This record gives sequence, structure tokens and C-alpha cells, in this order.
Amino acid sequence: LSVAIGGYLATALLVKDAADDPLLAPARAMLLPGKTTHGHHQIELACEGCHATPFAGKQGLQSACESCHGAQLKAADDTHPLRKFTDPRNAERLEKLDATLCVTCHVEHRPGITLAMGVTQPGDFCFQCHAEVAKDRPSHAGMRFDTCNSAGCHKYHDNRALYEDFLAKHLDDPPLLSAPRLRLRTTKKPREMREAHARIERPTESACRECHEQEAKGFLAGKHGMRLAAGLSAMTPGQARLAMRKDAAHEALGCVSCHTAPEFDTRKAAVEACLGCHADEHSLAFERSGHHALWKKELAGELPAGSGVSCASCHMPRIEHRDEDLGTRRTLVQHNQSETLEPSEKMIRPVCLNCHGLGFSLDALAKRRVESLDMVRQRFIDRERKTP
Amino acid sequence: MKRSLAFAASIAFSTSCVAQVSYKEMADALHAVMESDRTVYTRVIVNRLQNEEKVIKASEHWKDDKALALPAQMFRYGSEMVAEKRLGFSYSLLSIWPINRQNAAKTAAEKEGLEAVAKDPAKAFYKEETLGKTKYFTAVYADRAVSPACVSCHNDHKDTPKKDFKLGQTMGGVVIRIPMK
Repeated sequence: LSVAIGGYLATALLVKDAADDPLLAPARAMLLPGKTTHGHHQIELACEGCHATPFAGKQGLQSACESCHGAQLKAADDTHPLRKFTDPRNAERLEKLDATLCVTCHVEHRPGITLAMGVTQPGDFCFQCHAEVAKDRPSHAGMRFDTCNSAGCHKYHDNRALYEDFLAKHLDDPPLLSAPRLRLRTTKKPREMREAHARIERPTESACRECHEQEAKGFLAGKHGMRLAAGLSAMTPGQARLAMRKDAAHEALGCVSCHTAPEFDTRKAAVEACLGCHADEHSLAFERSGHHALWKKELAGELPAGSGVSCASCHMPRIEHRDEDLGTRRTLVQHNQSETLEPSEKMIRPVCLNCHGLGFSLDALAKRRVESLDMVRQRFIDRERKTP
Repeated sequence: MKRSLAFAASIAFSTSCVAQVSYKEMADALHAVMESDRTVYTRVIVNRLQNEEKVIKASEHWKDDKALALPAQMFRYGSEMVAEKRLGFSYSLLSIWPINRQNAAKTAAEKEGLEAVAKDPAKAFYKEETLGKTKYFTAVYADRAVSPACVSCHNDHKDTPKKDFKLGQTMGGVVIRIPMK
């Protein structure tokens, strides 16, 4: 019996398509050393996605991390990039915390020690390198090191909406800007689009990709398409950890799940399609929100385009896409939700600041009063006092 | 700048196998390239366009401000790209009066070197030091204010610890480290 069980498990481990095989997938699940984080649970049975090379150790894992997350970190002007820590002058710091490896702080399969953002270091790990921060920033004296990462304060990787000079530029922003308006997509003429879509016989992913390469790239990098990108069957709401509608449990997610043929109506894709599956508290509250009221008015033609706020406005926002090879700039929909999801401050620049001031946005996302702007204001006052 | 540095580095490394280039000679050669490129960017790009012709500004937040990268940033970006190539050597721009505290001297050799080149800018400082488990040949060269743009930006910066730099004066030092065999 032991030999049979061993053989079953070994087969599940070694067979390439075991993750999607109804017989072998349970064995792979048994082999998981612990519950995965919410960021990876969809692909947790595709072991080879992260453990691509046997016995490659932490460096092997590092390559896997970078292959999915590297470009995003670079685009985010990562505050703690690898190159910062390969400098020999940081050798002493590396002995305390090897920041050259993602797995130093993000160990998978360790739910007992996993904090927000999949961090598996103690919450006060900033202390290792920034113990003397109060010398340069007296305002930080007495602050606990497990509060550095608090909402609206500092992030380890992405501080594009949080750095001091950026806060300083937005000290006097009003809660609502005088002309709140979201970006509009760069589109072809409606007739051209209708004709192009009418020529599609079967709206498959590959057919969509012919014209929507960037959107497909985002979809595959995000939570809706990451299983497909990992070579697995399509994600279904039934596999999600968030609350979903039971009647949508078996819907396999592809482009046409939200962009239904033959209309491919982006307005439906922006709210109706989301609420066709998502049934968590946040999603269900949307239709009672001020954002939704604006969205309804925009659909009714009572407000100009870009005035309404849909689910997609925040979670799949329209962003500027630059093609360096062609030298072009277009506004496209970012189909990778992770780009604006967590930490929530990632949403501020591409989304919130189109309509709201920075202070309001920080407070709203943190669900509390964030002191950062006050601290910057005070720092400027103190500096002026010192300057003769 | 990055390409010429990488080229100089590869020449220096490859010739060390056959021509026995000393650590000092290699560090001096690398510094000659760095100093020249840095001076050209500061004078021909930043000082000309920002200070003289007033066409475009240079800004620490050049991406947000749609401005030129600061000379110190150009230098750092180059050093970071070289670091990614894993050629072994590394370099950085440090100062006794850094605007960014991370660019203050940290090791004993850095402190000693920056003090030495501030006193005698014409003379480079050389020392062997061990960081982590690796022994390095560390060279420090004076980094001087080569244009009015250096002086005005540093003296006027909100975080500067020194507001009276003058043209030609030493503002910091280029630190080059080569792992020793």
C-alpha cells in the first residue's frame, strides 16, 4: 500500500499536466507544504511555475519571482531594488536581512507567519536598516517600527504616491477637484470597431489578442488570467477565495466572460460583468455608493464621459501605454488588477488623483486620518524657521 | 556613459589576464571614464540647458517633472546598471555633505578617503578593506563642482547640509571597489 501511495504521489509530482488532472490534482494538493498566499493560490498546484529547476535553491525561486513580478517592480521605481543590495557597502545590512532575495521576506506556504502582502518577516523588520531614522526625521521619534508600513505611510517597494516631495506638491489639494474626470480610452471610430468585431467568427482569446495585445497581456498577468498564463485551465469563480455568486461558480474566465459577444459592450464589462460573479461585501456595496450614482448618470447621458466611476475605473483603470518602439502613447484599460490593488496606495496616482486630492485619497484608502501631509507641512515650517 | 564604462571594465578585466594590470591602474582607468562622462553630462547637458539656455530644468523627480535627470542620478543609474552586469567591481558617489543621507560615508575607508580627497583633491586615496567576506581594493577620487549648475543646485537644495560650495571645490568623492583575489 505504501508503495502504491508513494507511486501515486510521485506521479502527481512528476507528470506535467497533473495540476489539471482530476485524478492527480488531489495528490498535488496533498503535497503542498502549507496554504499558499492569496496572490498565488490560483496557481498553487502548478508547482513547476515557481520550482522550475530542481535543486536550484533560492536563486531558482528568485528567477521565478522576477519572471512574473520583475517588470512591475521596475515600473514602480522599486524603492529597494536588488541593485541597491549588491553594493558591497551594504554587506553588513545583508547579513541581517538578505534583501537580494524575494524569499527572504516572502516565503510561500507559511500561513502561520504570513502578514499582509505575503510578508513573512516580523512586522518591524524596517528596524534592521532604519533604526536611526529619528535622527533625520525627528517627527518619527517614538514611532514603533511595525507602523512604518501603515496605510498611507511607507511601502517597501512602491512609494510613487508617498514620497515627501510628492506629498509636498499636494498639500493643498481639495477633497474633490474642480474638474473631476477619468481618462478616456484611445479608441478607433465606432463604425470601424463594429466592423472589425463583426468580422470575428469565433471570439477566442487568440482572436482578441490580434488587436488587443496589451489588454491580453494584462489579463494574463492578473487574477482573472494567471491560471491560463501558468498553463492551467481557466480560472472559475468557484476557485476564488473571495465570496462569489454560486450561480457563476463554473464560469471559465476568458475575454468574452466580461466582453460578451456580439456587442462587446465595455460599459457592461465595467460593472455588470463584475457583479455577475463578485459577491463580497465591497462589491455588493458598490451599487449604494456615490461612485455608482455618477456612473448611472454618465450612462443616462446626464454627465459627460469620464464622470462616472465603475468597478473597472478603479480596478482596471485606463492608463497611458507608451510603446517605445513605435514612439506612440495610447490610453488603454489595464486588465491586470494587481497594478492597482495591493497595497491600495498603488491606486492613488492612476485612479484617485483624477478626481480627488491626495489627502482625501490617502484617508479614504486608509479608512482613517493619515498624518503624512501634516508631517510634511510641519517639516517645511520647521525648516523655514531654521533658515536665517 | 554606461556602455563606455562597461567597455572599459571588460577591457580592464580581460587585459588583467595577460598584461597584469594592477588594481590601482584599473581603478584609475575606470575613474577617468566616469569623471569624463560625468563632466560632459553636467556641462553640456544640464548646465547648458538649465542654467545657460533655460530650456529645461533638471529635477530629482525628473519623470514626474518631465525634466532632466540630475548629474548625480545619471551617475547612480549607470553604476546600478553596471551592478546588474555582475562584473565584480562597483562604484558610487559619496560625500561628507550628502543631500541624500544614504550617500554619506559608511565604512572606515570611505570616511578616511573622503576626508583625504577633500584636503588634497589632486591626490586619489587607495586602501584595502574587507566588507562581508570579501576583500576589496578601494579607491576614492575627488568629485569637484565642474559647473555653476553643481554649485547652485547643491547650495539651494532643501536638504543640503552645506550651502557655500564654490565652483571647482570638492563636493564629494567617487568610490570604486574592486574585489581582490
